[in-house]
Amino acid sequence: MNPAFSVVFLTTAAGAGYGMLAWLGVLDAVGVLPRSGWFGGSAVATALVLAAAGLLASTLHLGHPERAWRALSQWRTSWLSREGVVSLVTFVPAGGFGLAWALAGGAAPVTVVLGLLAAVCGLATVASQAMIYASLKPIRQWHHQAVLPNFLLLALYSGAICVAALVVWVEPTAERTAGGVALLAGALALAGKLGYWRAIDTAPAAATIESATGLGFLGKVRSLELPHTEENYLLREMGFVIGRRHAHRLRQIAIWLGFAGPMVLLVVGVVADALGGGGEVLLPLAALGALVGIYLERWLFFAEATHTVTLYYGRAA
Amino acid sequence: MTAIPQPGAKKLGLVIDLDTCVGCHACAVNCKEWNTSGQSGPLTDFHPYEAKQDGVWLNRIHTYEAGTGTESRTVHFPRSCLHCEEPACVTVCPTGASYKRAEDGIVLVNAEICIGCKLCSWACPYGAREFDEDQGVMRKCTLCVDRIYNENIVEAERVPACVRACPAQARHFGDLGDPDSAVSQLVAERGGIDLMPEMGYKPVNKYLPPRRRPVPAAPARPLEPVPTGGANALLRWIDRALSR
Ligand code: SF4
Ligand code: SF4
Ligand code: SF4
Repeated sequence: MNPAFSVVFLTTAAGAGYGMLAWLGVLDAVGVLPRSGWFGGSAVATALVLAAAGLLASTLHLGHPERAWRALSQWRTSWLSREGVVSLVTFVPAGGFGLAWALAGGAAPVTVVLGLLAAVCGLATVASQAMIYASLKPIRQWHHQAVLPNFLLLALYSGAICVAALVVWVEPTAERTAGGVALLAGALALAGKLGYWRAIDTAPAAATIESATGLGFLGKVRSLELPHTEENYLLREMGFVIGRRHAHRLRQIAIWLGFAGPMVLLVVGVVADALGGGGEVLLPLAALGALVGIYLERWLFFAEATHTVTLYYGRAA
Repeated sequence: MTAIPQPGAKKLGLVIDLDTCVGCHACAVNCKEWNTSGQSGPLTDFHPYEAKQDGVWLNRIHTYEAGTGTESRTVHFPRSCLHCEEPACVTVCPTGASYKRAEDGIVLVNAEICIGCKLCSWACPYGAREFDEDQGVMRKCTLCVDRIYNENIVEAERVPACVRACPAQARHFGDLGDPDSAVSQLVAERGGIDLMPEMGYKPVNKYLPPRRRPVPAAPARPLEPVPTGGANALLRWIDRALSR
């Protein structure tokens, strides 16, 4: 599938934003984040800016962005519509959460309630985003049970590492908790991603050229002539091949840049802070690496996915 | 509304005969001609008269080779929307632009409200939906809904443009929900099949598989050699002229 910038950026940025929101809500509820209104307000604002940037980017690839509001209407059947609705609804408790933190302080009852509500809505957004892909049968790499947990874990990992990168500037003890959850989420997300890659590499094709044409009873089927001599929409959108050619190397880069590197930086940063300082630089660097790595991972999620329509063109799916 | 309506009795669709299709692309051309100028037009073409032509077609004709050795066949294969009974292309649509009609099962796109998110084209296993980059909306086969009910054209014309154009009568249009209709009878008689049944979309359109060729009882007799020496010059000249 064609990894359009808008959707790859949307799912990476919004994942980090809503993941941050989830951790801010939960960690504030258990009282391990700074109570300062200045910190809370700006942290929630950062999360919402990331989420909003992702949502705005996603409208870029629409043929009619000015009609985007119509996408909120079919939530009964469409995961894309549900994602739109929940992502916008999230801004209500999240806005309140940021405001309450700024005015009433962290861990105040009203802040905790709004924070937990925002956390639930944020994760629900990420889950509906994952379901958009996981519900598409013709794309076997997406129609897979690992996709939903993968999206959630990656959002939680990128969210936690961003919270750690912010909190390090305010309160070093809180940084250890945030760094700790980031490490844990990172390890789980990486394990999930490795499992997913192994699964899609060994899974059987979703269909065959024989079942697609119904000609299997005659024997093996091969494409003799295509309907058109030039590329068309179907081949551009569904027949993207560059990613598959370089999949192995790109996966390695994603692992080092997005997981191993940032997790080492996290540990070094926390230790350096305990010994005197340096975390203020190392943790934001770790967060940046994680975001770039997850962007690459998401690019691969698209680029490696194959669609059954390519069977008609004599390619694998 | 993108919810699938309760299935009605009527299921309009096409039956495509892979035995007789000659791969002439007439159906695709007439489809393009009718629809680009009709209610679902324009079907935009970029660079129509130079390299890198790129345009929207609602019907595409592939050619396959099936089987090996003496059993192998060349099969021409038209591909268009199958008006599925479980069309995920409809349920994924966030706007309600994609819908399936309760009264006859035709799957359509309302271009007035389509936002061009392309998700429906990802959800179709058969590649039946093509995005119009110029108009910013999704296009698909309409089953020529603007012909089949059109009282402004003579009755013989009230069939899909592709069916009307086919010189080999490889395309048949009718109600596949009625077991007594001509198309249903044809499907029953010829063992019509669903494409990619494992996807679970339950296509309404059916494909009639190529007939098995009769296996010759004995190998064909070699041709008798043409006598060359004895015939007179006139006959030799006629023979040469005719075999040119
Ligand atoms: S063939 Fe594709 S576009 Fe047509 S109804 Fe089925 S899923 Fe939808
Ligand atoms: S491209 Fe149009 S018809 Fe297709 S899912 Fe999006 S809004 Fe619906
Ligand atoms: S029924 Fe009409 S729109 Fe559909 S393929 Fe045939 S000519 Fe094209």
